[in-house]
Amino acid sequence: MNVLTDNFHTYAEGFLGTLELTLYASLLALALGFVMASFRVAPVRSLRVFGTAWVTVLRNTPLTLLFFAVLLGLPRFGLVLPFDVFAVLALGCYTSAFICEALRAGINTVPTGQGEAARSLGMSFGQTLSLVVLPQAFKSVIPPVGSTLIALAKNSAIAGAFSVTELLGTYKTINELGYNIVWTFVWIAVGYLIITLAISALFNLLERKYGVAR
Amino acid sequence: MAVDPLIELRNVNKYYGELHVLRDIDLTVGKGEVVVVIGPSGSGKSTLCRTINRLETVQSGTITLDGQPLPEEGRALARLRAEVGMVFQSFNLFAHKTVLQNVSLAQVKVRRRRQDDADRRSRELLDRVGLLDQAAKFPAQLSGGQQQRVAIARALAMEPKAMLFDEPTSALDPEMINEVLEVMRKLARDGMTMIVVTHEMGFARASANRVVFMADGRIVEDRSPEQFFTNPNSDRAKDFLSKILKH
Repeated sequence: MNVLTDNFHTYAEGFLGTLELTLYASLLALALGFVMASFRVAPVRSLRVFGTAWVTVLRNTPLTLLFFAVLLGLPRFGLVLPFDVFAVLALGCYTSAFICEALRAGINTVPTGQGEAARSLGMSFGQTLSLVVLPQAFKSVIPPVGSTLIALAKNSAIAGAFSVTELLGTYKTINELGYNIVWTFVWIAVGYLIITLAISALFNLLERKYGVAR
Repeated sequence: MAVDPLIELRNVNKYYGELHVLRDIDLTVGKGEVVVVIGPSGSGKSTLCRTINRLETVQSGTITLDGQPLPEEGRALARLRAEVGMVFQSFNLFAHKTVLQNVSLAQVKVRRRRQDDADRRSRELLDRVGLLDQAAKFPAQLSGGQQQRVAIARALAMEPKAMLFDEPTSALDPEMINEVLEVMRKLARDGMTMIVVTHEMGFARASANRVVFMADGRIVEDRSPEQFFTNPNSDRAKDFLSKILKH
């Protein structure tokens, strides 16, 4: 127990780091995923190609490799940002590919007739998507998007290897001070659980509110 | 035949891969005309109907609406679709919206009417199709016939120049067919330009100005209903009529 109390400050810092990474990367992933899903079902071919390429590249690249590419690659092109911003970029872009596919799966559950009816009334592609298709897709994408964001929270641990302050990385500091390694990790796990269970709870709530059958 | 053409198809061809579903289609529909398209399933009649507001694209030929060729995907196409009402076999009411919202949505978002103006007009139209008392319900709470009448009201709310009906009664119980046909008959009497793909021969006889008979992607006959039903020209139409009129 004293592992936690003695190092509360270190843990708290790491916990907040992970929380921030998760939060900002989630927002970026949701926004980008939404845009990419729209691209993938757009009537314009070049947009579809772009969306497909985005998903294919990011979903099939190991996240660690992507971190290397962003943290070491982008500065070579003159883009120098703080490491935690780079980490949010890497995590957010990576996860956006999965969010995109979850959204697209949801879009595909909406009968094509719904979109056809909207278009036949003169609605634009954007209106059809935002007013008719996505609201109906929303309920079926709540569970997979929740899972994806939980995976994101855990993936944020990789940022620790790139000297971003986050929860898993705290074990190095604490271990150097000679504390029991097992208990160190137990408290780290508890920290992750707090975040992931909070995400679960949030999505359960959303599902109860919006996931009602038609 | 009407002098003032509203919908014109010239030399239209469409393929689904190898399958040639529309072959050299020529069709002119005048303002105020009611054209009923009949034919065996797979003859391309639904596809024909759907090409007119470009829910299906065609490989060759031209389609013009009120003198304007169908635009490519984009704003211009959306504007044109707002001018052509469409009623589907499977109703396609927006499942997450109430009946009233279904009828008002495109008025507000496409026609840029104020919400209360749109709702007022929606109520008038729902009254016209006999469903004003159902305005607050969701589509799933209505019968098929009621849903289809809402779908007609929704299309009419855009004040279209023409209406396309793609087998509007094919998914309905027999006893609900008539309530939908009654609304359509009323529309026809009021002078709406209509293209109706249907198997309802009674409607074709009573309300159509012309009957277009399709088989294997071609228009085989295009004549007045009396001529078509009493004395069809082609063997294909005779065969079709003998099969459906016997029982």
